[in-house]
Amino acid sequence: MSESAHSAPNIAPAHPAHAGHGEHAPQSFFHKYLWSTDHKVIAMQYTFTGMALGIVAAFMAYVFRMQLAFPGMHVPGFGVVSPGAYNALVTNHGSIMIFWVAMPVLLAGFGNFLIPLMVGCDDMVFPRINRLSYQLFLLSVVVLVASWFVPGGGFGGAWTAYPPLSAVAKYNLTPGGATLWLIAVALEFVAFLLGGINFITTAMNSRAPGMKAFDVPIVVWTIVMASILFMSSVGPLIAGAVMLAFDQLIGTGFYNPNRGGDPILWQHLFWFFGHPEVYVVLFPALGIVAEIMTVFSRKKLFAYKIVIYTFIATGALSFFVWAHHQFVAGIDPRMANVFTVTTLIISIPIAEMCFVYIATLYGGSITFSTPMLWALAFMVEFLIGGVTGIFLGASGLDIFLHDTYFVIAHFHYTFFPIAIIGTFAGITFWFPKMFGRMMSDKLGKIHFWGTIIPFNFIFIPMFFLGSAGEQRRVYDYRHFPELARPEFQALRIMATVALLVMLAFQLVFFYNFIMSMRRGPKAPKNPWKSNTLEWTADSPPPHGNWAEMPTCYRAPYEYSVPGRAEDFWPQNEKT
Amino acid sequence: MTDHAHAHAAPHRNYFKIWAILVGLLIVSVLGPMTGIRTVMLITAFGVALVKAYLVAKNFMHLDIEKPIVKWLLAVALTLMVLMYSGIAPDVQKTTGRNWQKDAGFHAKLAPAEKEHPNESGAHTP
Amino acid sequence: MNVRTIATTRSSMGIPTGRLAVWWVLVSEIVIFGGVLVSYLMHRLGHPEWAAQASHTHLWAGAFNTLVLLSSSLSAVLAHQAAEAGNGPKAARLLWLTIAGGATFLIVKSFEWTGEIREGFTIQVGGFWSYYYTAAGLHAFHVFAGMCVMAWVASTAARNQDLHRVENVGIYWHFVDIVWIFLFPLLYIAK
Repeated sequence: MSESAHSAPNIAPAHPAHAGHGEHAPQSFFHKYLWSTDHKVIAMQYTFTGMALGIVAAFMAYVFRMQLAFPGMHVPGFGVVSPGAYNALVTNHGSIMIFWVAMPVLLAGFGNFLIPLMVGCDDMVFPRINRLSYQLFLLSVVVLVASWFVPGGGFGGAWTAYPPLSAVAKYNLTPGGATLWLIAVALEFVAFLLGGINFITTAMNSRAPGMKAFDVPIVVWTIVMASILFMSSVGPLIAGAVMLAFDQLIGTGFYNPNRGGDPILWQHLFWFFGHPEVYVVLFPALGIVAEIMTVFSRKKLFAYKIVIYTFIATGALSFFVWAHHQFVAGIDPRMANVFTVTTLIISIPIAEMCFVYIATLYGGSITFSTPMLWALAFMVEFLIGGVTGIFLGASGLDIFLHDTYFVIAHFHYTFFPIAIIGTFAGITFWFPKMFGRMMSDKLGKIHFWGTIIPFNFIFIPMFFLGSAGEQRRVYDYRHFPELARPEFQALRIMATVALLVMLAFQLVFFYNFIMSMRRGPKAPKNPWKSNTLEWTADSPPPHGNWAEMPTCYRAPYEYSVPGRAEDFWPQNEKT
Repeated sequence: MTDHAHAHAAPHRNYFKIWAILVGLLIVSVLGPMTGIRTVMLITAFGVALVKAYLVAKNFMHLDIEKPIVKWLLAVALTLMVLMYSGIAPDVQKTTGRNWQKDAGFHAKLAPAEKEHPNESGAHTP
Repeated sequence: MNVRTIATTRSSMGIPTGRLAVWWVLVSEIVIFGGVLVSYLMHRLGHPEWAAQASHTHLWAGAFNTLVLLSSSLSAVLAHQAAEAGNGPKAARLLWLTIAGGATFLIVKSFEWTGEIREGFTIQVGGFWSYYYTAAGLHAFHVFAGMCVMAWVASTAARNQDLHRVENVGIYWHFVDIVWIFLFPLLYIAK
């Protein structure tokens, strides 16, 4: 039964046939929430799954930080932390936060929700593939959780899974966990490849009539670019993961030098992906921050076109820096020189981005709403992360700092803004559109300060510990006399206490989130007076988003245009 | 749905002729090793592969009349592979450096599937 | 349940969404296969002694399979031609012919591999063979997946539905053919 779907492209009248898009008989809970192809539902599935796993990874952090602060103690809710358990905890904390929290929430969650709404169409171009991608993702979660309960326990070879530790059961002592972890990661990759196809194709091809490429909001650009980066970089690691699985399971020697293989190959394949991966998660967060900053300073994004070119350049450069993770692994030192130079170069476009955001704020009429606070905090904290990356990018200094807590502090100062601050910024900003209610701004601010201040007390000590030579991935520093000094232990305890405080304040967020969803004041269509198309749909948008698809008449950041009555000018308003 | 099909309609080309050329090239590449000259063999093998790939991409995938953005995307993907090779080969392909070499085990001849050795530190005496 | 969205019908880039999506799939596949093949290439060039192993691959089986895939690409593009002319049933028949080509490829390969395993060349036996089975196996998996998708496209095309998919699945199939065009010299000829 072929539909009249073969109409000429680029016309978007109110098809009676398509307005019947949501005409299904009232759907069962199963169809509406679990089997849906609606991009908004899939977005929520990804977001809630990611947040749930974030709680799990946060619990893991709590456990291993308790072990570090009070080694040998019985940790409430977990028990005594054995060395193997410690390794499994840090491995899974890292893996989960990157693959099962940052990516699903920032990329899949916000991507799925925002892209069709912001480009002005009714859904993604391939809704069933979209649903399949979430199902594969959910399967990857199941496999990952299963990996913790097989004999031997969860994989403890670090999220980087270097062979031979990850390949040889006699070394890692977690053969079941190691293979299941690998399978979970592979499934997650496939899920995001499928999702990425949807994002890229929809954003490229399904724009509202009149929406030219440079009329597309920056967050759509950044999510699409992130998807492209992901798709272009993950392939070699998928190949490498197949090879590692074969080494684990059927006795091949891809990474075994005694069998003609090379463990450095894995490192290269991993980091060839691993470095672009951090930009895969950074770009959506930067996009979210940009959207919030324009709205709450009532100013257009400074140099929007140049920003897009900068993002493209950064993405391209991100493929040239990967071996800065391998400076002391035994790579050719001349290549290390090359990678130092490229790594330092890539800091330039990022710095430019910081200036662009500051320039966007400059002279604006700023409202310090909760989303805006998160956006501003992102800039400050990420700046610290970026600057400390420069220390690590210099190969000479990295010889000392590699594998110390300096590295941990650096990447938490980048990842925490990305995964946590970016998420809270986006959720507090789009919550009215997603759920049709307003969150409490007061609780939002309490949560904000209760997160940001302790966060700094967790990780600033680690810069000092790392500079003093404290190695990573050690479960008990009492065994190292030079590191077991009382002043160091005091810093470790401070970091742990700060973590406990920060975790406690997350309860404020959950309370706010749930109560607002059920009893918050009803949200108008456009509470923040924003220009972009998603704010013209109902809060929350129905299946199909609009009865009549919008047309786009201008760029997205026409705020405070002189001569106009209002200080904003939605993209779909003709005049 | 014929509008985009018309816009994209291939100039009528003879797919059978292209196929015949491809088969001819295949024969050349199989004959190459029979000359016994290594250089000839490599040129026929990989040269033919490149030509065949080009013919399939141009004539069967219609890349010659495809929008430029598509060609750019594919070119970038291929370039990334060249980049990857350049960054990894100095470590993985080379077997000796200024201060190191990969030892005898690395070049082991055919070895049956081994049981895992407890000490695979690779500390063979050079 | 038909979930044809308005989004699917738009074409801001001037390329139909299905075809645009297939090209993006190919981009990701280039780097997946690229990962395996670049790794193989580096090892092969660094291990001259692998040539002795490589001499045991069956050139004629590989050449025959190359012929099979080339021919199946022909039938795939003829199917596209038929679809453009609006002849769904003919396109479907040609797609089934292509699928038959894929099946032939896989059958020949299974005989080939069975023989090689019987001779003692298993995947664990040495670096060359590990890469041989992994690279060709990854390729064979893509052949199989392509056959499945093609069967689905053929069944709707036979009813003159969604004829645009014939071209798109063909593009994927040509890519699988091109990968084999490079695998053949890499694994069978370069000795």
